[in-house]
Amino acid sequence: MLRDITIGQYYRTESVIHRLDPRVKLVSTFMFIISLFVADNVFGYALAALFLGMAIKLSNVPLKFILRGMKAIFFLLFITVVFNLFLTPGNELVKVGFIKITDEGIRITVKMVFRLIFLIIGSSLMTLTTTPNQLTDGLESVLGPLKVLRVPVHEIAMMMSIALRFIPILMEETDKIMKAQMARDADFESGNLIQRAKNLVPLLVPLFISAFRRANDLAMAMESRCYRGGDGRTKMKPLIYKKRDGIAYLILVLYLVAMVVLTILF
Amino acid sequence: MSIALSHVNYIYDEDTAMAHPALIDVSLEIPNGQFVGLIGHTGSGKSTLIQHFNGLVKPTSGYVLFDGEDINGEGYDKKKLRAKVGLVFQYPEHQLFETDCFKDVCFGPKNLGLPEKEVELRAYEALKMVGFDDEYFYQSPFDLSGGQKRRVAIAGVLAMKPEVLILDEPTAGLDPKGREDILNLVARLHEEMGITIILVSHSMDDVADYVQRIIVMNKGRVAYDDEPRNVFRYYKELEEIGLAAPQVTYVMKELAAAGFDVDSEATTLEEAKNEILKVFKKC
Repeated sequence: MLRDITIGQYYRTESVIHRLDPRVKLVSTFMFIISLFVADNVFGYALAALFLGMAIKLSNVPLKFILRGMKAIFFLLFITVVFNLFLTPGNELVKVGFIKITDEGIRITVKMVFRLIFLIIGSSLMTLTTTPNQLTDGLESVLGPLKVLRVPVHEIAMMMSIALRFIPILMEETDKIMKAQMARDADFESGNLIQRAKNLVPLLVPLFISAFRRANDLAMAMESRCYRGGDGRTKMKPLIYKKRDGIAYLILVLYLVAMVVLTILF
Repeated sequence: MSIALSHVNYIYDEDTAMAHPALIDVSLEIPNGQFVGLIGHTGSGKSTLIQHFNGLVKPTSGYVLFDGEDINGEGYDKKKLRAKVGLVFQYPEHQLFETDCFKDVCFGPKNLGLPEKEVELRAYEALKMVGFDDEYFYQSPFDLSGGQKRRVAIAGVLAMKPEVLILDEPTAGLDPKGREDILNLVARLHEEMGITIILVSHSMDDVADYVQRIIVMNKGRVAYDDEPRNVFRYYKELEEIGLAAPQVTYVMKELAAAGFDVDSEATTLEEAKNEILKVFKKC
C-alpha cells in the first residue's frame, strides 16, 4: 500500500539519465513543466509525450514502476476532472439537471489531465534518477545567484534534502508501526470518516515521536560535526559539466524551440 | 493448535529492479506448546517469516496453515487469527502510543470487542505477568527505560491471550541484566501458561538455555531445524553463515579436545556446569 507512492523515491539503476549532472535534470524538469503550459494543441502534447517517453526509455526505470506512483494522485486527477468538466462555461453539449457538460469543459479537462500526468511523471522521473544528495547540490548551485538577494539558498537546499531523505525512512516506519498495531488487531480500513481518523491515532503518535527523535538525533549529529551553514563550505564532489550534459542541454533547447514553434504555427 | 508452513516463497518488491527473494521454499510445522528459537543473520528472512505466521504478510506462493486452515484463504478471519497468534515487534516504540501504560495494554483486548471490565482485568493480569510494578501503571510509556517499555509491549500482546507468542528480537538494545530479565520472563510465560513461544534472535547465547528447538535461517532458507544440541554440532557451518554456537559449546569442545572427559554437546550453562563438576569429582 505505502510502497506504491513512488514520488520522491530514488530508483537505483544504471543509465545515461542517472549519470547526468543534477543541474541539467533540474533545469530540464523545470523547463519541461513550463513547456507543458506553453503547449496549446495536440502537436504540443504529442511532442511533450515524445520527450518524456524518450527520457523514461533512457532512464532504465520500468514504466510500470513510474505508473504505480500515479495511483497516489488518482484522487487529485479525479477532482480536477470533475471540476473542469462540470463547471466550465461554454457551448452546452449535454445537460442533466443542473449538471452540464460543455465543449470548452471537455477541452480544458483533457488538457489539464495530460498536463498533470506529464507534470507528475516528469518531476518524479527527476527524483527517481537523482539521489537526494545530488538533487540538493544541484539545487544549491542553480539557485546560487539568489544569494546576492540574501536568499538562504544553502539552508533551503539543506532542508529540502533532509525532507527528501526522510520520506522513505518515515514511510518504512509507518509500515512497521501499522503492522505492530495490526498485530494488536488495530483496524485501519473500516468505519466512517471520524472513526477512521480516530483509528489513526495509534499510528500517528508513534510516528510523530519517532520523527521528532530522528530529527533530534540528526541535529545532534550535524552539530557534533560542526555544521554551521553554507559559508565557506567546500564539496567533496563538486559538480562539473561533462560532454553528455552539454548534449542534454542542446536537446532541451531544441525541444523548447520545437514546442514554441508548434504552438505558434498551429 | 499448530502453525504449519508449506513451501512458502516470498519476494520483496516484486516487479521492480530491487526484487529479491526473502523466503525460499520454507516448510515447517510448529506444534502446540513448543518453545522455538528462530535464529538468523540480519536479512536472513526471519522477520519476514514471522510476519507470515499471523497473516501480516501474504506469501508470494505456498500456504500458511493455522490449525489446518489456510489463513490466506477466502473468508478466513484474520482478526481472530491475530488474537491467537500474538506478535511483539522488535521496537516497543512502534506500538506504544497511549498516555499511560495501562491504557496502552488495554488497546489489544479492546480491539477484540471485549466488555470494559474484561479488558481492564486482562490488562492488569498481563502487566502483572510481565512483572511490571504497580507504581508505573499510570505513567507515560515514553518515560520508561528500554527494558520496561519492552515489558509493556509484551503485556500489550499478552492481554489478548494468544495461544502463540512470537517475539522479534526482544533483547535487542538491552543491557545484560535487562536481557536476562526479558528472557527469564519469556521462559516463565512458556512454563506457566503453556503457550507456544517463538523467540527470534541472532544470538545463540540468547536462546540456547531456554528453547526446545532451533530453526536456523540463512538467505531465506531453513538451514537447520532441530534440537539445540543437534544444531550446535554444526558449529563450523554456523560460523560460515555468520552465526556462532553458544560460548558454552566452544568451552566444552575445547575441554574435550584437551583431554577432559566431558560431554562436548552440553548446550546450556547448567549442563556444562554439571559436566565440569563431574570431572572434578573424579579427580
